[in-house]
Amino acid sequence: MRGLSSKHMIHLFLLPALVFYVGFMIYPIGSALLNSFYSWKGLLRGDFIGIDNFVRLFTESPYKETFNRALWHNVLIFLVLIPVKLVVAYALALLINSKLKGKEFFKTVFFLPKLLSVIVIGYLFSLILNPTYGALNTALKAVGLSSLARPWLGDPDTALLSVILIDGWAEFGFAVLIFLVGLQSISGEIYDAAKIDRAEGLTLLFRITVPLSLPSIMIMTILTFISAFESFELIYAMQGTSGGPYYSTDVLALFFYRLMFGTAGGGDSIGLGSALAVVLLLLISGATAISMFLFRRKEVDY
Amino acid sequence: MKLKQLAKYVVLGLFTFLSLYPIFLMFMSSFKTRKEITSSPLALPKSFKFDNFVDVWHKVNFSEYLLNSIIVSVASVLVILLISSMAAFYLARFKFRWNGAVLFFFMLGLMLPMKLAISPLYMQMMKLHMLDSLQGLIVVYVAGHISFAVFLFYGFFSTLPKDLDQSARIDGCNNFQVYYKIVVPLMRPAMATVAITDLIKVWNDFFYPLIFIKTTEKGTIPLGMLSLFGEFDTQWNLLFSGLTLSSLPMIIAFLFASRQFIEGLTAGAVKS
Repeated sequence: MRGLSSKHMIHLFLLPALVFYVGFMIYPIGSALLNSFYSWKGLLRGDFIGIDNFVRLFTESPYKETFNRALWHNVLIFLVLIPVKLVVAYALALLINSKLKGKEFFKTVFFLPKLLSVIVIGYLFSLILNPTYGALNTALKAVGLSSLARPWLGDPDTALLSVILIDGWAEFGFAVLIFLVGLQSISGEIYDAAKIDRAEGLTLLFRITVPLSLPSIMIMTILTFISAFESFELIYAMQGTSGGPYYSTDVLALFFYRLMFGTAGGGDSIGLGSALAVVLLLLISGATAISMFLFRRKEVDY
Repeated sequence: MKLKQLAKYVVLGLFTFLSLYPIFLMFMSSFKTRKEITSSPLALPKSFKFDNFVDVWHKVNFSEYLLNSIIVSVASVLVILLISSMAAFYLARFKFRWNGAVLFFFMLGLMLPMKLAISPLYMQMMKLHMLDSLQGLIVVYVAGHISFAVFLFYGFFSTLPKDLDQSARIDGCNNFQVYYKIVVPLMRPAMATVAITDLIKVWNDFFYPLIFIKTTEKGTIPLGMLSLFGEFDTQWNLLFSGLTLSSLPMIIAFLFASRQFIEGLTAGAVKS
């Protein structure tokens, strides 16, 4: 009898996590999916209308234009963040992992920006990049580079890149730490064995170190993709809800926010917003699943 | 060889400067007067007075924001650690035939951006009377971070040898005893990782407070920044000191715990 009850008690380990996860994550996401197939009047759900919301989002002006532009910006964010968060951070992790004094110091310092709230980072840099009183333009003028000084966030040509680099500034230290964990988990014996085989320098790096770091590289790629397509808070803080100037920093999550809580789309905007949520969901989940699958096949056993 | 070492330090030094300078500038600017900031943004403050901090503290009810942030973060992190480690223990150490599927189901959460469900969540919170409350925020943070924690803990279990919990079972421990006597102590490095990652995320989040919290007294610090920048947008001395004030708790906590954190990340508890 005792054996039987304790056998069932074991499921209590799983239950709390499952309840929170299903109740406040899976269920709302499921509702968001369903909502995209209904018509909406304000907060009231109307009739089932199939894929009408999607059709309008993709074909009707001005939604179509806003959507395409915002999507392109999300892609750009990902493409620029990959070198920053993967290549630069991995190189820094390799440096810290090598024979070196002050490892702890560098790890601590690189991680520091990640401790600030995105809204703090956004506001801080909007002050630093202020065209008249900001520190950056002042510094450029002080060293005789006043031709480079510009309204970084007010110019549609530089606004998006500025925002992306600020995001990279905040995030690269975390990537360094993740890579270091991966690097440190590679056992010394493998290197000893490789050295017996006279592998050195770059061969060692690309034959041994990088392949064995693939799990952490996979995690960082996925996280970078997700954060690129979830970009919202930094741009909200720096460029406002419409991704100014002239929508040059607009991203899908901001468009989604405007549909759900703002003025875009009028009375039936929740349907359009839900449709956009589904598109974003498919983009993020799809790409994540594909990359997990690809990396899994290449994973190295050792 | 020496040149190579030097080059390493130059590169790392450059990135150290890049990381620190904006934060340094924020700290220094928060001691300056309004005029000093605009006339000489890069100079050091003429005197280190705390007037700006006192001003901000009173003008935006900072103590309330601070308390709310502490309650929400601590409660969320504790619940996440407890229930996710239990779930990972279940999934990694017991062989029920649905375990693979359940693990996959949790992993789905890593790819599902919860923020996209914000409007159903909003209505759900309204029905449960958890809108405009700290509990509502805690529930959302717990739900949103379970996947990551389970993922990390499950991965950690695969590096832990099973011998330990098996020998404990032979010694007569039941599953709950194995969990809190053997597993939890061994999991401390992984728990430190999850705790710190989630603490930072919850502490700094302003999306959910932005949507859920309507009353000023229930806001968290990031929400306080929003009202600070809305109200005093031309008084840069107040803005900088507000930003500094809101970042200090995390930075101080990190400087005290960073060693434990980095140790937690680097030193595996048991090497098989």
